[in-house]
Amino acid sequence: MEKLSQERAPIYEALEKLKQSRIVPFDVPGHKRGRGNPELTNLLGEKCVSIDVNSMKPLDNLIHPVSVIREAEELAAEAFGASHAFLMVGGTTSAVQSMILSVAKRGDKIILPRNVHRSVMGAMVLCGAIPVYVNPEGEDRLGISLGMKVDQVKRAIKANPDAKAILVNNPTYYGVCSDLRTIVNLAHENGMLCLVDEAHGTHFYFGDNMPISAMAAGADMSAVSMHKSGGSLTQSSLLLIGPAVGEGHVRQIINLTQTTSGSYLLLSSLDISRRNLALRGRDSFAKVVEMAEYARSEINRIGGYYAFSKELINGDSVFDFDVTKLSVNTLDVGLAGIEVYDYLRDEYDIQIEFGDLGNILAYFSIGDRRREVERLVSALSEIRRRFGKSRAGLMKQEYIEPVVVVSPQEAFYAQKEPVLIENSLGKVCSEFVMCYPPGIPIIAPGERITHEVLNYIMYAQDKGCSVTGPEDPEIKHLNVLKGGY
Amino acid sequence: MELWFSEVHSPHVKMSIRVDKHVFSAESEFQRIDVFDSYEYGRFLALDGFLMFTEKDEFIYHEMITHVPMAVHPNVKNVLIIGAGDGGVVRELVQYPEIEHIDMVEIDEMVVEVCKKYIPQTACKLDDPRLTIHYEDGLKFIRSCDDCYDLIIVDSTDPFGPGEGLFTREFYGNCYKALKEDGIMVNQHESPFYKEDAIACQRAHKRIVESFPISRVYQAHIPTYPSGHWLFGFASKKYHPLKNLDDVRWNKRGIKCRYYTTMLHKGAFYIPAYVEELLKDVES
Repeated sequence: MEKLSQERAPIYEALEKLKQSRIVPFDVPGHKRGRGNPELTNLLGEKCVSIDVNSMKPLDNLIHPVSVIREAEELAAEAFGASHAFLMVGGTTSAVQSMILSVAKRGDKIILPRNVHRSVMGAMVLCGAIPVYVNPEGEDRLGISLGMKVDQVKRAIKANPDAKAILVNNPTYYGVCSDLRTIVNLAHENGMLCLVDEAHGTHFYFGDNMPISAMAAGADMSAVSMHKSGGSLTQSSLLLIGPAVGEGHVRQIINLTQTTSGSYLLLSSLDISRRNLALRGRDSFAKVVEMAEYARSEINRIGGYYAFSKELINGDSVFDFDVTKLSVNTLDVGLAGIEVYDYLRDEYDIQIEFGDLGNILAYFSIGDRRREVERLVSALSEIRRRFGKSRAGLMKQEYIEPVVVVSPQEAFYAQKEPVLIENSLGKVCSEFVMCYPPGIPIIAPGERITHEVLNYIMYAQDKGCSVTGPEDPEIKHLNVLKGGY
Repeated sequence: MELWFSEVHSPHVKMSIRVDKHVFSAESEFQRIDVFDSYEYGRFLALDGFLMFTEKDEFIYHEMITHVPMAVHPNVKNVLIIGAGDGGVVRELVQYPEIEHIDMVEIDEMVVEVCKKYIPQTACKLDDPRLTIHYEDGLKFIRSCDDCYDLIIVDSTDPFGPGEGLFTREFYGNCYKALKEDGIMVNQHESPFYKEDAIACQRAHKRIVESFPISRVYQAHIPTYPSGHWLFGFASKKYHPLKNLDDVRWNKRGIKCRYYTTMLHKGAFYIPAYVEELLKDVES
């Protein structure tokens, strides 16, 4: 196959060609270019439904790509500096899970920080891997978890020389980066692979002066949410691999759980976004950085709010900071992050990414304009004027040291019973509890329910966080393991 | 030769003005700016294809947005104008000797330059020594103002485009903060007639009611604006637009108007039943 330039978008081009060829569809999807579902066509537009088509020879097939999808994957690999890139249509959750399922099986250990996304824990439930937690350093004033300390990683490696891989969250939701290059080297020196949950770091591959990307740091696999900062459609994602990982093996793992009817809306959005990033990413992200920096300085001038950034860098647990993330601590305004998040939407028609106990995060990306940034800053200033109070009574997010009793898989599938949450202290939980977003478990299957966990859950509910995970949607009960643990 | 400027007033209605000459056209950093000469309405300005004002009927808008609050507030010294790059509001304001300072915040410098050059009818007083022009985003400018103005006049474009931020809760809240304890804010309040304008009008009213203790709406008839029926908002911390109207004092000033009178001032606050209902819906 000849090498294509980054100006090409093979899936997009194939779809354009298909439209011109006016093929008569006697295959799925049954809406037949929208004709069978006029209301849907009206909502999405004719252009959109006309390319919602099935795999066919001219369009390749996601489960065994040999033509245009293969070309698009190779272009993506080149753009991201990877050995291979897999186009994913089940979200970054599916990319993260495929990454873990590719390297660990039942009983294998993986070293990771506890503040991972639920998808990581979900993969452990599926494959039976055992998590070895590295305590992420906490930041006292902000109440956020930072990156992995190199010393702590070394200690975990020493205590678990048989671990298969180290997983790094890079950057965190708040923008904190670990010393990725050093951690990758540590992993490789000890015969382990290094996996990176890079859901929030697509722009690292294209922007100037960004923290180092997983592939540039020599990591073996990385899950990249193209739909977050990359601009593709929701649910589309990339899984990148380095030279030490077999492409065929990973493809087999992906095909265990990924759909056989990959959406061409999602695939073409990945293809077009990759082209856009490769050709124009540098300029686009320079603008994003400029806007985020502007917002940060304006917000810090309001008073009370603390929009944090590179001043947190300490050479270790905050090795670098992603300045496109507008993370703002709200505690000195006397409001929990989640309260500011709610006020922004309910009073000012502004939807931000999330609010936790002490912080909010506004997501800045290639689609933002200055005038909306002014609205965000002004609304924050108004929230302080109208609702600000003293800091008393606000809880910071403390890191809750997990007490792992059994593996996530064992706990998830064990005999269990529901108990009232107030009676659950000391028992072993068999399910996840988290605020969504950000989707980082407060407790995961197999962990003991402690005072801190219960206080956190109740406070978060009281402040209006959307608490999710348990079988009982009202979270009055938790499922716990039967018998003595 | 038949040359017509058309503006869409609803998806199914448009208004056209026969044009003599296309005088000026350029794309600024924020919008497209056009100036036309017409037979019926004289020279007129369009931004992004939307008619802003014409020489023939601009007096209605500019008199009504300025003299109504000026006849109510007993002592206006410091004024902030948001938008108004055409200079029409300034032209009206400089007739009041007690005004000491006017800040005008216009996002688009090119609008001011174009009006100075091509439409002196409105831009004629933009060199008044009491005036300071700031080329800045209005929302940004007002964020850092606290307790400093007696009157704020919001002469914005429509809420679909660069002017959108001037129809928000955060903007009206910031105006409240920027006003002194007896300050008044007057704003361009859209039209209640066509559906899309009516929704914008209702939303603006809701947000002003939430931000100010006194909030009333008044009307004027402006032929070139969609439906011709146009509203203004009168929001205030202390003064009531009718109870505190000092008509004797205003009439003594001898300001010559072609639309505004203190009698009309009173009448302008008596609005049609359907508009009353539209506004009442969002007041509780």
